[in-house]
Amino acid sequence: MDIFLQQIINGVVQGSIYALVALGYTMVYGIMGLINFAHGEVVMIGTLVTITVAGLLAAAGLPPILAGLGGLIAAVLCCMALGWGLERVAYRPLRNAPRLTPLITAIGMSIVLQNVAMIAWGRNYLTFPAFLPKANFEVAGAHFTAIQLFIVIVAAATMAGLMLLIYRTKLGMAMRATAQNPAVASLMGVNIDRVIAAAFVIGSALGAVAGVMVGTYYEIAHYQMGFMLGLKAFTAAVLGGIGNLAGAMAGGVLLGIIEALGAGYIGSLTGDFLGSHYQDIFAFVVLIVVLMFKPSGLFGEKTGDRA
Amino acid sequence: MAETLLAATAVAKHFGGVKALRDVSLTIRSGEVYGLIGPNGAGKTTFFNCLTGLYVPDGGGFEFAGAPLVADAPQQAAARGIARTFQNIRLFGNMTALENVMVGRHVRTRAGVIGAMLQTAATRAEEAAIRQKAIDLLHYVRIEDRADDLARNLSYGDQRRLEIARALATEPKLLCLDEPAAGMNATETEALRDLIDGIRRDGTTVLLIEHDVKLVMGLCDRVAVLDYGALVIEDVPAVVQKDPRVIEAYLGA
Amino acid sequence: MKNWLSPRSTAGIVLIAAALVALPFVLATGGQAWVRIANFAILYVFLALGLNIVVGFAGLLDLGYIAFYAVGAYAWALLASPHFGIHWPVWAILPLGAGLACIAGVLLGSPTLKLRGDYLAIVTLGFGEIVRIFMNNLNAPVNITNGPQGITLIDPVSIAGFRFSGSSEILGVTLSGPQKYYFLLVALAILVIIVNLRLQHSRIGRAWQAIREDEIAAKAVGIDTRNLKLLAFAMGASFGGIAGGIFAAMQGFVSPESFSLIESIMILAMVVLGGMGHIPGVILGAVLLSILPEALRYGVAPVQKLLFGQILVDPESLRMLIFGLALVLVMRFKPAGLWPSPERKRELQPEKAGG
Repeated sequence: MDIFLQQIINGVVQGSIYALVALGYTMVYGIMGLINFAHGEVVMIGTLVTITVAGLLAAAGLPPILAGLGGLIAAVLCCMALGWGLERVAYRPLRNAPRLTPLITAIGMSIVLQNVAMIAWGRNYLTFPAFLPKANFEVAGAHFTAIQLFIVIVAAATMAGLMLLIYRTKLGMAMRATAQNPAVASLMGVNIDRVIAAAFVIGSALGAVAGVMVGTYYEIAHYQMGFMLGLKAFTAAVLGGIGNLAGAMAGGVLLGIIEALGAGYIGSLTGDFLGSHYQDIFAFVVLIVVLMFKPSGLFGEKTGDRA
Repeated sequence: MAETLLAATAVAKHFGGVKALRDVSLTIRSGEVYGLIGPNGAGKTTFFNCLTGLYVPDGGGFEFAGAPLVADAPQQAAARGIARTFQNIRLFGNMTALENVMVGRHVRTRAGVIGAMLQTAATRAEEAAIRQKAIDLLHYVRIEDRADDLARNLSYGDQRRLEIARALATEPKLLCLDEPAAGMNATETEALRDLIDGIRRDGTTVLLIEHDVKLVMGLCDRVAVLDYGALVIEDVPAVVQKDPRVIEAYLGA
Repeated sequence: MKNWLSPRSTAGIVLIAAALVALPFVLATGGQAWVRIANFAILYVFLALGLNIVVGFAGLLDLGYIAFYAVGAYAWALLASPHFGIHWPVWAILPLGAGLACIAGVLLGSPTLKLRGDYLAIVTLGFGEIVRIFMNNLNAPVNITNGPQGITLIDPVSIAGFRFSGSSEILGVTLSGPQKYYFLLVALAILVIIVNLRLQHSRIGRAWQAIREDEIAAKAVGIDTRNLKLLAFAMGASFGGIAGGIFAAMQGFVSPESFSLIESIMILAMVVLGGMGHIPGVILGAVLLSILPEALRYGVAPVQKLLFGQILVDPESLRMLIFGLALVLVMRFKPAGLWPSPERKRELQPEKAGG
């Protein structure tokens, strides 16, 4: 039983990270119908920027927690600029291009960002500095660390902030309106360019936060880390019903839990034929199964063909 | 009396709480032009979509040419001999007019991948026949000179005609036209009237949804009136025109 | 197609044929490595044209195409290598590999083809990853795929006692192994080009285009959209399976590394960048994208030395960086691809009448 609880905790932590990244995918997709393949790379850049900035601040004598905070802020700002730049330079000129064109651009940007990161930070694994005390807690036989707690709390707070932004501000209303119907929203005076740019900037900021969490959790970073993470997060977004913010969050957490439970139990379920290194397939198997029975995702509204 | 081609029995369809169709029963006889009229939102297009398999009725069903129609299978409806046009024209915009009609032949032809790859004599003969039939149909609806133009570059009236040609290419027993005269001027409507008249003369039964009451009353053998999803009356135009319920439905209570 | 027999196009075909025959000998003067690069370019032409049936003709976004290639490659590797001690002949394995890939395509496609385009993309992508992960891990407890180490010593293609590996003399001309594969690959590429051409202008090809244009209207004229999509999916998968078999035989070695997502993306990029649905465009895209990284591999380091006197940036990452930038720039300035079909070009022009 305590293995079960333990895996749930691990799953929720991992899932919170997926959820934050998934929000970036789902916002952009909801508004402009684009799978922004480069989003995982934005997350990766966030992690690596944090390492550099926090390292500099720590070297300048700041205590770890402040250095970490400085790194986080720098990462968020960097990624926001990166997201804005991506949209402006790569995607905006392609608004009316055939459907696959921006997808290839996104893939191209993903390759570019990975290799820029490799040139800037090298091809080796980097150690992510520890900002938080290594405290352990125990509840009902399950252990969790201060870092895990931190991740879940920050993720929850960030998502609450996003919900306020989307449902309580004018910008949020404009974003929702654009997601519903860009043409009508634009007739009503919504500046579509600004809304799309905002979706990229906000999504990238969330990605940066997620990037810091990944670094804190696994304590290493690498220029290729964004790819699988992005893939899983996108899967989470689809699982929850792409374009749906709450769906992305739920999908992320759900995916984290499924993966953790899957990895924990697959050995005993298959008589040790399949081991925990199959962890990565759960995301995709679950995705395929869910879409077979619920083609618009678990929480997605039934939408007509947009394409 | 001519034999029954289509019998709808108590067809019902609702969307959430809205009852778009309330147990509509009607019969269409072979060889007639049958008009389906009613105010906006009366359920005409919903009826069409149920008949052609795009919607699954919540109740009732259709019997067509002596056998029941399977719901939710548009491609089967076409194979059985029901062809349709759309209220908001749905052509294959980036294909030429000729290609659009050739696609219409799909359901009446056989050639598969192997035939296409090997270019067998049978495949080539069939392909030539498809092309010839499509050209003939373009002549039939009088847009043969636009054959090689992209469908989306045709004028509105020609697009309507092309859609009818594409539907006729499936060799339908029943041709369903959803507001074909919408947006047409008087001359174009007159030409459309002649076209439908010709289609009837050539033996195809026509189901016509139309707003233009004058066109319907002048052209149709029988007319059904829908209001709030329910059938008000089904009879010859002369009777329908004088029915007080129809006048009420159109002019409002 | 009708004017194929006109004098001008006959001359063109003769010219192209002569160039294709001469190419491996010209390349060989620079070393067999160049012939191998050409072989891979042609293999990618084959793959890209297989995917073109799925993406270009039927309009289905498949991001897991490499999985079918992997199925074909592993089918060959397992049935013609010392790994299991099985050495089946080519005429048995190649159709089997194609058939297995086709079955995989149908199994994946039948439940998922009703999904919206982008969902299909992510499902196929996920399928590709699943296949790769299995190949990576099916070495324990029963060793099927030999895991990340892959399978070595795979039998080369051998037809009626004629082996495609090692050099041999034909009609007084000495042909190296890669050169022999070159001619085999050219033959296969011509085959897939003919299949593409003939399908495009057939009843099936028209139905695919109709589905791409307006699925509801396609259904209304009686097209069984689901079966036709499945057909495209299965055909694309079969071609992928054949290419995989040839790949395994040619390399003599397969490992899961060759079937990563980036490969699927690369092939899709070839199709889109060249000009989706347009056969000459797709060929151009495949040749360019398979040669470009290789050319950069040889070009990046010397150019840096020339400019800066030393190697400043890791050539491998610079090469991929330039590749990524090339994708972005081509899409920016040629959104329909480098060589789109005339129809495609028209599609991008503003409409004359309302539609």
